[in-house]
Amino acid sequence: MEIIVLFFGHLTDITGESKLKIWDTKDTNELINLMSKKYPGINDMKYSIAINKVIIHENCILKDADVVALLPAFSGG
Amino acid sequence: MVSKNKYERYLRQIKLKELGTSGQDKLMKSKVLMIGAGGLGCAALPYLAAAGIGQIGIVDFDIVELSNLQRQTLYSIEDVGKSKTLVAVQKLKRFNPEIQIDSHQLKLESHNALKIICNYDIVIDGSDNFSTRYMVNDACTLLNKPLVYGSVLRFEGQVSVFNYCDQQGKSPVDYRDLFPAPPSAESVPDCAEAGVLGVLPGIIGALQVNECIKIITGIGQTLCNSILTYNCLSNQFYEFSIQPNKNKSQSAPSTEHEFVNFNYNWFCGTEFYQNEIAVEDFKSYINNKKFKIIDVREKEELPLITEFPHEQLSLKKIEEWSQNFSKEDTIILFCKSGKRSQTALRILTDKIPEMKLYSLKGGIEAWKNYSLQNENVE
Repeated sequence: MEIIVLFFGHLTDITGESKLKIWDTKDTNELINLMSKKYPGINDMKYSIAINKVIIHENCILKDADVVALLPAFSGG
Repeated sequence: MVSKNKYERYLRQIKLKELGTSGQDKLMKSKVLMIGAGGLGCAALPYLAAAGIGQIGIVDFDIVELSNLQRQTLYSIEDVGKSKTLVAVQKLKRFNPEIQIDSHQLKLESHNALKIICNYDIVIDGSDNFSTRYMVNDACTLLNKPLVYGSVLRFEGQVSVFNYCDQQGKSPVDYRDLFPAPPSAESVPDCAEAGVLGVLPGIIGALQVNECIKIITGIGQTLCNSILTYNCLSNQFYEFSIQPNKNKSQSAPSTEHEFVNFNYNWFCGTEFYQNEIAVEDFKSYINNKKFKIIDVREKEELPLITEFPHEQLSLKKIEEWSQNFSKEDTIILFCKSGKRSQTALRILTDKIPEMKLYSLKGGIEAWKNYSLQNENVE
């Protein structure tokens, strides 16, 4: 199974890319752990998570072709 | 030249059958408050005035700087050094003398926010820091005012509508449903550090006015229960739907009294110390059984404290131990210098917001110095 992860805002400072493909990740908790290992700096960041354009508030099961977006808060005006 | 009849300057939008004169009347009767006269404010304000919003309030305490002019298009070179609010009010009055424009040349804080916001129907957030954003959000939630949120950084912007619902059967959401807790101050760069493309707040501020007009006139669909992001490099818009967040922090003030006493700078990490007790005052608490005194240092740390009763609970354990405390407890935390006790205070506040918590200022070092000096005097 293939999942697309999109990084928004200043998260791309840490990831260096705005889009990433990952495989065989069962839920969003596993995805967060995977991201923390791949990009340690991301642990210090606060962001909302969306699956297929719906913001989620707890761990959710992922399925093939899901698009997960990581959305940080920023405050510029 | 002032228009012959009150609709003349708005004819092009009255021509829109969805809006018409009834929509224009709604705009002319509405009161909108713009928080911040920076990049977003400078983009939003001319369109609010142009649309004929009956009363516009502008809140900003800042002065115009040369480096603002790249994106804050209401200001000219001769305005550098002048109050943003005063210059903006002056220009907008010339632009549309038929509307009322209020100047609030001040720093919005929890002691004045409710008094100002309550006079308006809709609030537009164009502020530039998290403390103000959480404060404005909480004020609008308490006063039940729709809040049009906008935020920018570098090449990306976000827009949303909080505390408002235009679809039946849905509950309104707010900023805390999207971001329950603020990020640490050091993890997010601001526009001064990270930069922002000048046209971006122009686009996002204009989108905010668009939401505002739809709320007032009741036409179209607003961004309530959703957030729109725009990236000006890739030209991609994404809209995410937001559901009410059951896990959202309980720390949001639920009454006006709690709101006024809420320290937003501390909540957002721009102010480290809160609820400190000075050593001089601490003396009167040490034998009062109402206060639970807790040492958050590690067990083996020196100096040993024998002069007052206390419990030992290191900072590392405080989170797992927090379930043993109750909201009726009044706790004074101390450590070596007063820093770890502040971290413990922050952890416990998050777990049990109702609990009364204090931290010994300067920690046990300050207490020992104070005791020593007093011995000498005696």
